[in-house]
Amino acid sequence: MSEYRYTVEVTASSVSPLAFDPSRCIGCCRCVEACQIDVLLPPQRKGGVPRVVWPGECWYCGACVMECPQKGAIRLRHPLMNQARFVERASLRDEAPGKLP
Amino acid sequence: MEWPYDNEAGLLAEEDCDVLVLGGGLAGLHAAIAAAEKGARVTLLEKGAAHRSGAAGTGFDHWEMACTNPGCTVTPEEMTRALEEEQDCFSNAIGHYIETREGWDRLLDLEKWGGKIRDTEGEFTGAPFRDDATGLMYAYDYRNRYTLRVWGTTFKPALVRRARRLGVQLRDRTEACALLTCEAGGVKTGTGGLGFDTRTGRITVFRAKAVVMAMSRPARVWLFHSDLPGLCEFRPLSSIGSGHAMGWRAGMAFTMMEKSVRGEFSAAGRSFPPYGTGNNHNTWYAATMVDARGVEIPYVDRDGRELKTVLERYLPAPGQKFFLKGGVIDEPKYEWRGPETLPFDELMRRGYRLPFYADLTGMPDSERRVIWGMMVGQEAKTRIPIYENYTERGFDPARHALQSYGTGWQSAAFLAQERQLFGAPGGVMHNWNLETSLRNVFAAGDMLYASDCAGHACATGHWAGQHAAEAAARAPMREAGRDFVEETRQRLLHPLTVRDGLDWREINAAAAKAMQNYCGGVKCDSLLRQGLEAIGELKQAAGEISCRNPHELVRTHEVSDILDVCELILHASLQRKCSCAPLFFERSDSDESLAAQERCYLTLWREDGAVREGKVPLQFYGDLTSNYEKHREGGGLDE
Ligand SMILES: Cc1cc2nc3c(=O)[nH]c(=O)nc-3n(C[C@H](O)[C@H](O)[C@H](O)COP(=O)(O)OP(=O)(O)OC[C@H]3O[C@@H](n4cnc5c(N)ncnc54)[C@H](O)[C@@H]3O)c2cc1C
Ligand code: SF4
Ligand code: SF4
Repeated sequence: MSEYRYTVEVTASSVSPLAFDPSRCIGCCRCVEACQIDVLLPPQRKGGVPRVVWPGECWYCGACVMECPQKGAIRLRHPLMNQARFVERASLRDEAPGKLP
Repeated sequence: MEWPYDNEAGLLAEEDCDVLVLGGGLAGLHAAIAAAEKGARVTLLEKGAAHRSGAAGTGFDHWEMACTNPGCTVTPEEMTRALEEEQDCFSNAIGHYIETREGWDRLLDLEKWGGKIRDTEGEFTGAPFRDDATGLMYAYDYRNRYTLRVWGTTFKPALVRRARRLGVQLRDRTEACALLTCEAGGVKTGTGGLGFDTRTGRITVFRAKAVVMAMSRPARVWLFHSDLPGLCEFRPLSSIGSGHAMGWRAGMAFTMMEKSVRGEFSAAGRSFPPYGTGNNHNTWYAATMVDARGVEIPYVDRDGRELKTVLERYLPAPGQKFFLKGGVIDEPKYEWRGPETLPFDELMRRGYRLPFYADLTGMPDSERRVIWGMMVGQEAKTRIPIYENYTERGFDPARHALQSYGTGWQSAAFLAQERQLFGAPGGVMHNWNLETSLRNVFAAGDMLYASDCAGHACATGHWAGQHAAEAAARAPMREAGRDFVEETRQRLLHPLTVRDGLDWREINAAAAKAMQNYCGGVKCDSLLRQGLEAIGELKQAAGEISCRNPHELVRTHEVSDILDVCELILHASLQRKCSCAPLFFERSDSDESLAAQERCYLTLWREDGAVREGKVPLQFYGDLTSNYEKHREGGGLDE
């Protein structure tokens, strides 16, 4: 028995980088084992999904998703402020012609 | 909640090996494999899980400066000289020469072990960047072919398999916390390291005859974000320069630590996810750029001549032998300047309208597919968060244009005091064996001064591993200093004894603010000294951090390492008295009379509690070819 006791709480963050689909996840924890930062901990109960305990520490590398054997069981999403915009190329039109040299 | 892993706090274990490798990224794994191939018993400590850890765990797309690949027209000597002159000699010629001579061999190794280095499926047959005889795919300069496009997502798993097959003891989830050293014959000598199990808290003394350090470089020094610590830097949250910190504590010599650049990437604040916005650099070179009206932005060569075709963006200018592009190249000198879009200010003057976009729609099919699908897909952090997620959001490179932010590929504009160790920053000083100033302690990859890039990490890792194996073959196993082990153990576990103390993030944030205040864009003695005081106070305050489990302890160890790194940077900055443009080092109290004298590597290390300083001439490494021959394959240790 160690003289120190360990406990753990979720460290709150304004972002939610990861989402699990419990209907697809088989709880194999390959995602947990792939993460070099240990953002995740194994499910608390058998049959559950891994727990995102340190969401703010995610560096958005995608290793957890790459290693998951169940397509769609885990999803990674950049915070809204980091979602880059894209547009139809055809929508870019010169509205004030004759301006370019 | 209950902690799901075992509790081994307070436990002290002991293990022996010949070569101990600290860090299981590209450099560390190559070092471990090379040492094991030479017959050494190797143990490797990796803080995360080597399978996907490090900067390149999820991939990389360019293998740079592979000058001995069959297509290349630039010699290793020419390339090393170019890189050296490009950085006004504040570069790492030893590392670059090893990279240019042997990078291609490492790539062939990786292929043998299951990595993908050529277009075996013929996806790009006939493309101007593909050599149809070999299936090799080139980037940037299609004529001179020194940089390859590679399938970097396949490399880390291949390296781990190879290391396991050779019997390397891979210790994942083990944070290296300290170097063990002793005095042997009047020389400080490495004798192993201390590891902390990041899940159970067990501490292990790893005794070894030689050590290879490959823990990348410092981060979170000026840039921090308490809510999004994982996004505030370019490299993984867990790579913060612990190697530098433990080296500094042990008396290892460093150089160029006064070099830092204005921030380039911090997606917690100013920038966007790398490679995820419209740009035309690196992974996205040479995408077509258009402005808000869809008007194409011209590419010009080094003489300002407008380029008419896409292919010309990949060719040297008339009369130019080759051009330089890649990780350590920012704004190359005229001799090596390659094609670029017109500078931002010029575009504003000419009336181009923001925002700009990267527009692959009109590019030749093979160029579009290689940028979006191969490069974006194989580059680190792109496969899932960029390639797959954007595709799900509906992005179609044949139809859509991707918006660009800020003025350049960093997609951000930072303030002068928001700094980063980016490009080729300072690091560990070393000789031709990649041995540090501590005997039998070697270093590789991004830990070396003025180093960067995957191929460089692999080549120097291999070289350091070979030398470490040779050194281990002639070194005795030594006892670890008991007092030091006990002291370190208490330091590592102390936060478990603090109740209701500080959160590690508060200290990291304070350190970053102090560094912005006292070691920002323009430095001076009095500010730097204040900085040392402030960091000293934070070291005191760090004793008040409390932790409830090993995960929090690891973050806390990182913060204490960051404080040591801050100290190292402040001392290095105090040491250089004259501003130095190639090091992006500016002083308001610059002593210009020292300019010539300080055109050298200033080195510094700790000894008997004081900071010692030295000077090493810029071209100390002598003749490249003959020294390389003398030291290759682990030779030259008796020098
Ligand atoms: C997003 C991104 C894209 C890149 N793309 C390219 C590219 O296309 N081409 C290119 O040439 N370069 C690229 N690079 C750079 C390249 O990845 C690095 O130069 C290279 O990985 C450095 O190798 P290394 O072994 O020194 O460091 P890393 O590969 O980062 O490995 C360091 C290892 O040390 C471990 N570690 C750290 N501290 C400790 C400790 N205290 N104890 C134990 N282990 C520890 C880390 O967990 C990590 O696994 C890219 C980098 C990034 C971040
Ligand atoms: S994206 Fe990377 S850092 Fe984030 S949880 Fe997944 S593996 Fe960990
Ligand atoms: S790897 Fe996939 S299936 Fe396995 S636990 Fe993680 S999300 Fe679930």
